[in-house]
Amino acid sequence: MTLNQSDIDTEVSAIREAYEKARAGGAPVAHHPPRDYAPYRSSVLRHPKQPLVAIAGDPEAMELTGPVFGATDVGDLDNDLTRRHTGEPLGERITVSGRLLDSAGRPVRGQLIEVWQANASGRYPHQRDQHQAPLDPNFTGTGRMLTSEADGSYSFTTIKPGAYPWRNHENAWRPAHIHFSLFGTAFTQRLITQMYFPGDPLFAYDPILQSVTDEAARARLVATYDHALSRPEFSLGYRWDIVLDGPSATWIEEGR
Amino acid sequence: MTSQLPTPSHTVGPFYGYALPFEGGGEMAPPGHASAITLHGCVYDGEGEPVPDALLEFWQGEGLPGSLHRNGVDFTGFGRVATDAAGHWTVHTLAPRTPYISVCVFARGLTHHLFTRAYVNDGPDTLLDALPPERRETLLAQGGEGRTYRFDIRLQGEGETVFLDFR
Repeated sequence: MTLNQSDIDTEVSAIREAYEKARAGGAPVAHHPPRDYAPYRSSVLRHPKQPLVAIAGDPEAMELTGPVFGATDVGDLDNDLTRRHTGEPLGERITVSGRLLDSAGRPVRGQLIEVWQANASGRYPHQRDQHQAPLDPNFTGTGRMLTSEADGSYSFTTIKPGAYPWRNHENAWRPAHIHFSLFGTAFTQRLITQMYFPGDPLFAYDPILQSVTDEAARARLVATYDHALSRPEFSLGYRWDIVLDGPSATWIEEGR
Repeated sequence: MTSQLPTPSHTVGPFYGYALPFEGGGEMAPPGHASAITLHGCVYDGEGEPVPDALLEFWQGEGLPGSLHRNGVDFTGFGRVATDAAGHWTVHTLAPRTPYISVCVFARGLTHHLFTRAYVNDGPDTLLDALPPERRETLLAQGGEGRTYRFDIRLQGEGETVFLDFR
């Protein structure tokens, strides 16, 4: 039997209602998605069933330090995804800016941010992406940058990615999104996430976005259109701040 | 300072392969180094099937603090490799001074990455010693010929790898 969108919608609603009921009963806010989120079918066989083993209060744990990337890891043009080839890519030019922060609101400086995305037609230059949308010879969709030493900010120029179909269920479409890979000052702060665009009509149908069951947490994955960031005769601007989680033991007051 | 709520984690998806892996990502140690080791293994799902679209990162808090560059001379503490069609991965690194190498697993289907440790040297160790024998076993890399160590990762089910939560 083919799984269709209404089957997925029913599962998504049931999980959300159970979460809201638990919240009303005093359960804590879930800032991250559960590891097992059946509407996103790939999670079913790939999440551990044993509880994670807590590492608490071990100041020697190697994971409380982190890789430190340097200026040589990033080139001058790496934060402009429209300049990786000789010609101009197709699509709507956008600029995305924001700050990388820790949970106390402090800037996380000099850290590597990697981004990747589909092109304007919703196609990845990946052999296994067989979506019948055109590849763009002038757009690969990868970039990287270091956050500013002054205020932890980042900025990059790209093309607004297109929505695309995937095979989670019949007629499954992913809303437009940009993938982000982020490092903090500890290996435990490592984060991979996705940024979405405001007002996308596909939000409600996407089990990956909906896996973040808490509404306020889900809203934090959506960028804000910021006209002040739009550049005249060039690009539309979006603002998206990112906050890295981490154990309390991670934080060092000095030098941050 | 204001308290900020965290940005939720999301899956790396299946189509990271043209973006995140980088040249020499598994070559943490310079070639021919006297204390070089090879760590390798497979990633399996809950049905024992190989996971062909996982991404693994390795961290050793020693040597250069981390870098995407490989200059053929320095040891860099950071490695990143994708699994192949058979779910297999390999890194070349140095024998760690600590008993373990930190491992982080990403894959399609993982809404949040998973931390584990590949113990190249057996205990005594606070984490290992607190685990029952069959779970402890999942964190021990098995030594083989020519300074190779095998470390298989089972995401779910029988022999499920111990995954860690840092608090």
